[in-house]
Amino acid sequence: MNIITSKTHYLLLLLLLLSVSYSGNPLKYSKPKLSDYGFFQGRLADHNPIDGVIPYDVSAQLFTDYALKSRFIVLPKNQQLIYQQDGTFDYPENSVLIKTFYYPENYLYPNQNIRLIETRLLINTPEGWLGFPYVWNDEQTEAYLEIAGERLQVSFIDLEEQTINFEYSVPNFNQCKGCHVKHNQMVPIGPKTRLLNHEFIYDDGAMNQLKKWNTLGMIRELPVDSYVKKTPDYNHPNEGTIQERARAWIDINCAHCHQLGSPAETSGLFLNIEETNLTQLGIYKPPIAAGQGSGNLKYTIVPKEPNQSILIYRMESTHPGIMMPELGRKLVHKEGVELVKQWIKEMEE
Amino acid sequence: MIKMFQQTIRLLFLPVFLFAGIEKELQTQFILAAPGDTIRIPDGNHQIRGTLSIEGKTDLVIIGAGMDKTILSFENQDEGAQGISITNSSNITLEDFSVKDTRGDAIKVQYTDGIIFRRITAEWSGDPEETNGAYGLYPVQCQNVLVEYSVAIGASDAGIYVGQSSDIIVRYSKAYNNVAGIEIENSFNANVYENHSYNNTGGILVFDLPDLVQKKGGNVHIDNNLIENNNLRNFAPPGNIVGKVIPGTGIMILACNDVHVFNNIIRNNKSVGAGIVSYFMTEEPINDSLYNPYTSDIHIYNNEFERWPGFPDLGYEIGQLLAVKYGRNTPDIVYDGMRDPESLIGLCIQNNQDARFTNLDIEHNFDEWYSPFISNFSEDISRHNCKKDHSLNHSIKK
Repeated sequence: MNIITSKTHYLLLLLLLLSVSYSGNPLKYSKPKLSDYGFFQGRLADHNPIDGVIPYDVSAQLFTDYALKSRFIVLPKNQQLIYQQDGTFDYPENSVLIKTFYYPENYLYPNQNIRLIETRLLINTPEGWLGFPYVWNDEQTEAYLEIAGERLQVSFIDLEEQTINFEYSVPNFNQCKGCHVKHNQMVPIGPKTRLLNHEFIYDDGAMNQLKKWNTLGMIRELPVDSYVKKTPDYNHPNEGTIQERARAWIDINCAHCHQLGSPAETSGLFLNIEETNLTQLGIYKPPIAAGQGSGNLKYTIVPKEPNQSILIYRMESTHPGIMMPELGRKLVHKEGVELVKQWIKEMEE
Repeated sequence: MIKMFQQTIRLLFLPVFLFAGIEKELQTQFILAAPGDTIRIPDGNHQIRGTLSIEGKTDLVIIGAGMDKTILSFENQDEGAQGISITNSSNITLEDFSVKDTRGDAIKVQYTDGIIFRRITAEWSGDPEETNGAYGLYPVQCQNVLVEYSVAIGASDAGIYVGQSSDIIVRYSKAYNNVAGIEIENSFNANVYENHSYNNTGGILVFDLPDLVQKKGGNVHIDNNLIENNNLRNFAPPGNIVGKVIPGTGIMILACNDVHVFNNIIRNNKSVGAGIVSYFMTEEPINDSLYNPYTSDIHIYNNEFERWPGFPDLGYEIGQLLAVKYGRNTPDIVYDGMRDPESLIGLCIQNNQDARFTNLDIEHNFDEWYSPFISNFSEDISRHNCKKDHSLNHSIKK
C-alpha cells in the first residue's frame, strides 16, 4: 500500500468518525422499553417510584383530549435545579421528566379501570432536551418506544355519562419538539415555579411542592418570592377571577407556541401570561396567515363578542387546518371554551 | 462500524414499515436521517393522514420519482396543520414530488437556513375553494431560500409564499388558480424571475404587514416574469389580508420600500396591472408603532403592459372607482399617492411599454364619499421619472 492510499484511508476513517459525532440519531439517548430505565418498582403500570423519582403536578394543565396525567421528575444523584429569572429551571444533564397519559373507563370513578396510553420521557441529553414517546401494550405490562408516534382507539365515559370514542394520537419524536421549542432549543413546559406553587399529597403527607423540592435539596437557591406567584387551576372558580383563570388556560394551552421565540411568533399573537400588549394578545388584531382558520372573522378577539372572535372559533374546531392547538387534540375542551368565552364576554371594549 | 450499527437500527425498523405503511416509514426515516442522507420516496399515490415532520436536520435530500409520479395525497388527513413541516434545519433539498390536498398548508418551512424546492408541486385539486389550505410552498423565517421549476395550484392565500425571510430566489416556476400566485412578505433580498403567474386573483404580491416579528422587507426584484390573466375571483376566507386584493391584479406592492419591478410582461389583468399602495388602503387599524405603512423607493421600469378593454372587477370599491373614472379603459399602473414623507425616493416609473398611469392621491381625494368621483386623479407619469436610466443597470434575460 502506498502512502497515498493510506492517507485516503485515514481520511475515510476521519470522515466516518465525523459522521458518527454528527449522526443526529436520537436513539442513542433512549432505551427501547420504559422498564429499562428502572424508574418504578413493582408492577410497572402502578408507577410506584423508586427513591429519587419525585411525583409532581402542575396547577394549570395542557388539555390532551381529557387524558389524565401523572408526572415525575428525576435528577441525577446530588445534582440540583438552578432557578432562572423567569421562574423556570436550568436542569443538570441527564435529568428526566416523566409524564404518563391515561384514561379511566368512567370519569365518575377516575381511579378505577385505568388504561395507560403513553408515557413521554423528556431527557436532558448532552445535545439538549429530547422527547421520547413510549406506547403501552394492551396487556399494560410494558411501554415501548415509538419514535414515529402511534394512533390508538380510545373510549371513555365522561362526567355527563356520554361515551366518547376517538382516535388518540401519540406524538412522534419531532412533534414533541414542535411544542417544546423555544429559540430553537427544546425546553420543558410544565415545571415553572408559578405552576408548582401548591400542595401535593406525598406518601408522607401534603406539602407545597416548591417547599418539598427545596427540602429535598433539589433546587439551588430558590428565591423566597417564588412562593408569591401562582397560576390558578383554571378548573376551580375559587382559584381566581374569570380573567385570571382564562389567561391561565390560554397560557398553558397556547403560549408554548404563541410567544416570542416560539414557532407561532410568525402570527404576532402572543398569548403567554406575562403579555400586556392588547393587540399582541389578540384584541382587535387581524390574522396574518390564518387562511381558513379565520372562520370569516376579522379579529382574534372582539371584546364582548366571543362568537366574533377567531380565538374561540379555532378552539371549537377539530378540523386539522383550523383547530388550535394544531396538535394533541381530537376533542374540544368544552369547559376551556366556556371559560375563555366568559372572559371575552366580560371584557371592556 | 458504527455506521453499520446505524444501518442495523434502521433495518430493525423495517418490519414496522411493512405493517404501518409508507407514512410511518417516511416519518421514521425523517427522524433517523443523518447528515448527508438522501431519502427517496417511491413513485405512487401515497395516502398520508398526518403531518410529516422534519426537525433539526442538516444536509438532507428528499427526492421523489417526479412531480407527476410521486404524489403524497393528504385528502384523508385528520391530523396536523401542514402536509410537510420542516423546522430548525439547514441545507434541506426537496425534489421531484407533489403534495396534494392538505387540510392546511402544503409544505411549511420555518427557522431553516438553506431550503431548496426543486420540481415540487403543491396542489389543491378541483375548483379553487375557500376550504383549500392557505399556503402551498411556504418558507417563513428562513434564510437562503430557492424555489425553482415548481408549481403551486389552488392555495386559498398564496401558492408560493415567502415570509419574514432573507436571501430568496423564486424562479422558473408556475402558479395558477391561487388567490395570490407568488407572494413575498416582510422579506429581504428576494429575486423573483422568469416565473409564469396566471389565472390567480393576483399574480405577484410584495407586502410588508404590521404586527410581525420581522418588521419589514426590502431589496426585492421582480423581473422577467409573465404575469397574465389573473382574473380569478378572490376565494380567500374573509378576515385574511389577501382577501382585500381585487381580482384582476397583476402585481401589487403594499407598504414596501426598495422594490424593483422590471422586464416583466403584465397582460390582461382586468383591474390593476401594477398597484402601488400604502397600508391605509386596507382600512385596517395600525397598532404597531414600529410599522411603516407607506411605500417608498419603488421602481417600475421596462415592463410591457397590455390589456384588453373591459371593466375592472366591480365587486370591490377600487374597481367601482376606476370604472366610474375610466370605464373600460382603466390604467395599468395605479398608485395611491401615499409616499413615505421621510423617504427621498417615492415611486419611479420609466420605459414601460403601453403603460397608462393614475395617482389616486387618496390623501386629498377621499374627504367625502363622493369626492373621488369629482376629483381629478393625476395621470402625469412624468412626475415619476426619477431621471435614472434603469435599462443600463439590468440586461434583459429573455
